[in-house]
Amino acid sequence: MKVSKLFYALAGLAGALAASSAHALAWYFQEAASPIAQDIDHLHQYVMWLIIVIFVGVFGFMFYACFAHRKSRGHPAEQFHENTTVEILWTIIPALILIVIAWPVTKVVIAQKDTSSPDLTIKATGYQWKWGYDYLKGEGEGISFVSMLATPREQIDAGAPKDEKYLLEVDHELVVPVDKKVRILTTAADVIHAWWVPAFGVKQDAIPGFIRDTWFRADKLGTFRGQCAELCGKEHGFMPIVVRVVSQEDYSKWVAQQQQAAKAQAEDINKKWDPKDLVAQGEKVYSANCVACHQANGRGNPPAFPPLAGSKVVNGPKEGHMDIVLNGKPGTAMQPFGKQLSDTDIAAVISYERNSWGNKSGIVQPAEVRARHK
Amino acid sequence: MSAVIGTHHGTSGHGHDHHDHHGGYSGIMRWITTTNHKDIGTLYLWFAGTMFFAGGMMALVIRAELFEPGLQLVNPDFFNQMTTMHGLVMIFGAIMPAFVGFANWQIPMMIGAPDMAFARLNNWSFWLLPFAATLLMLSFFMPGGAPGTGWTLYAPLTVQQGIGMDFTIFAVHILGMSSILGSINIITTILNMRAPGMTLMKMPMFCWTWLITAYLLVAVMPVLAGAVTMTLTDRHFGTTFFNAAGGGDPVLYQHIFWFFGHPEVYVIAVPAFGVISQVIPAFSRKPLFGYASMVYATAAIAILSFIVWAHHMYTVGMPVTGQLFFMYATTLIAVPTGVKVFNWVATMWKGSLSFETPMLFAIGFLFLFTLGGFTGLVLSLVPIDIQLQDTYYVVAHFHYVMVAGAMFSAFAGIYFWLPKWTGKMYNETLGQWHFWLTLIFFNMIFFVQHFLGMAGMPRRIPDYPLMFETWNKISSLGAFGFALSQLLFLYNLFTTLKSGATAPQKPWEGADSLDWTDLPTPAPYHTWETQPVLK
Repeated sequence: MKVSKLFYALAGLAGALAASSAHALAWYFQEAASPIAQDIDHLHQYVMWLIIVIFVGVFGFMFYACFAHRKSRGHPAEQFHENTTVEILWTIIPALILIVIAWPVTKVVIAQKDTSSPDLTIKATGYQWKWGYDYLKGEGEGISFVSMLATPREQIDAGAPKDEKYLLEVDHELVVPVDKKVRILTTAADVIHAWWVPAFGVKQDAIPGFIRDTWFRADKLGTFRGQCAELCGKEHGFMPIVVRVVSQEDYSKWVAQQQQAAKAQAEDINKKWDPKDLVAQGEKVYSANCVACHQANGRGNPPAFPPLAGSKVVNGPKEGHMDIVLNGKPGTAMQPFGKQLSDTDIAAVISYERNSWGNKSGIVQPAEVRARHK
Repeated sequence: MSAVIGTHHGTSGHGHDHHDHHGGYSGIMRWITTTNHKDIGTLYLWFAGTMFFAGGMMALVIRAELFEPGLQLVNPDFFNQMTTMHGLVMIFGAIMPAFVGFANWQIPMMIGAPDMAFARLNNWSFWLLPFAATLLMLSFFMPGGAPGTGWTLYAPLTVQQGIGMDFTIFAVHILGMSSILGSINIITTILNMRAPGMTLMKMPMFCWTWLITAYLLVAVMPVLAGAVTMTLTDRHFGTTFFNAAGGGDPVLYQHIFWFFGHPEVYVIAVPAFGVISQVIPAFSRKPLFGYASMVYATAAIAILSFIVWAHHMYTVGMPVTGQLFFMYATTLIAVPTGVKVFNWVATMWKGSLSFETPMLFAIGFLFLFTLGGFTGLVLSLVPIDIQLQDTYYVVAHFHYVMVAGAMFSAFAGIYFWLPKWTGKMYNETLGQWHFWLTLIFFNMIFFVQHFLGMAGMPRRIPDYPLMFETWNKISSLGAFGFALSQLLFLYNLFTTLKSGATAPQKPWEGADSLDWTDLPTPAPYHTWETQPVLK
């Protein structure tokens, strides 16, 4: 009686919870958008059915014994304690089942590892806490950008209403053509990250100082979302991976657009900025790149993340300030931003830092950063 | 095993004379200076219990933060510290010491030895633990807090941590020392101090599992010590074992760590198998089925555990041959594990079963541990693992093995042996409530995490996309229910110790090891001063 009441209470609770979430219950793999993800799904079903049959069989015996061979029913205890034939059989049969499982699995492992002759090669670099993408080979060669979380901090920290794509939205999506073999090279600048897109069945650790690779061939148009899958520090939960799969035609258009934008920016570098504009631009760069560690109030989170308000570096000579932003500080979370941000953005953020939180140490122009950026 | 001749009366009579003879000290000094295996077993168990509740509180912080999307209670930094310390505290502080506690109490009584082989060393093995635990906890109070790297302490994230990391490294060193010393003691005791006639193949299964576990510990704890020492020198002394810029490799750390880490899984699971192998026959009133194959299967699992470590690392980018080798080797473990499960079921088959609390926990173990074993088989397959690696599916999997496996087994052991140790009987109704609530809430926490992992939720994140909300809510509610259920256990334990009914000489009809058949209940302070002789 008591137990059944408890059961109903729990069932009711679970139902209420399910109703409280606007989202459909996600309980299985995301819909496959590549042949490999499809294979993984099939393998999983195949293995699960085998497992369920074995599980029901073994525990069928156990629960039957629990029911029929109990002392309270007066079942006498027999005293047998070995049977060589049975023991050999239940050693050999599972071994045979393993072979039945291993065969189809091996074929998929070999396919997953075959990164040869790609149509497009992209390098994904893990940074704390964002992804850098460089199109290395194939159409779009030379395109390069950094992709980071676009969800506003208020939604994360302050309980503001959350978008549907909360934590799964980025400022620059990775764009790839449909039905093309895309090889992803992974590496990292600081600690280990992992590049993961569930719908493609692809997960590859990004290891600092080494290059690894994986591949996918997206067979559906659409936007596919994943997250970093290796604990990489404080903001590990906040560096999603978003891939937009477009038609070949749209891809060519996107490539042309990107190349044009890159050209425009290159011409911009010698422009002398108005200090106000530079600081305003710097604030944007700061809140996208620096705020997680150094905080919006510039006080940081010592000792791991030093304060910038009143900092010796920020209030010291420009050169020292530029060097640390461009080259980072090895052994800490401070990265070489020279590899990720444009010289204009670096000049802007330095100018912002030198003119905020009580700091007053002048402006740095993009051309100065360019000269220092070796 | 019950065929003991000669010395029975003499022993128990003799034991009585010494019943209150605690080596001259009383109060706290008795516990600090004790060299008695029963006292030390008790210390280990209290220590494990304390750590279990400390680690549990950390789990509650994690589950409370994950109750809904967004950051509400803790910042991501502290969240990572919680996941790290929850893992370290539960593995090194709770589960391992709990089973060493069982070993201390039971092995000498089961094999007819008067005490452990190295009694003073035994004292020191235990008393290292509080120091290690203190160091570990102190890391929270260092600038930067405890490490936020996960219990696996992967390089190079470890290099970025504050001084708390160094405290943790030294704590791991000391914990390792304690384990190695304890293991040497167990191996020596079992190999040299068995009663005449107690051949290895006559030992209770629990002793066999500990003999094998102790060898595993001696083999792998130094490897862990090496891994964390290399981390220490990378942090402070300019070495670059795990830094590519100096010719090292971050993945090297993972290889070394998991060469320890996978056998470590069996360090935890194998003694749990041992407890279950005592409990199931006792409540089936029938001898353990396939004793010899049980021994061989356990040894096979232990040996295989040394050649499967890289199945934790399928996504680091191994060559295809490496992936295939580790996959085949890993799936092989299913064979001896299957043998063990079949043997337990066959032990129950045509027995005369009764379902007191120890048996309930043992059956719960059998059912849920096997479920965890099957998800292990799923994870051993490279393509599926690539999808599930570092997701909540893995979290669910190893909690089925660690909680429904090791912890259920530990509860089975405590309820089973408490009457022998204390002479008091726990409250059976409360014990059964404890079991059922633990079972229900355990599944409420962890079963749904399989779904989360498959749907794509990474582990070790303090905040998550909206589609994962429902399962996380259920899981968090389950966690609080689980925690409250453990208070029931504490209540039952304390009331038993304080005012429990006197236990009969042999409360479990089918128990057949020497401690039950030939020693009084409660076990006197000194037992087997004259060794029994087995025919």
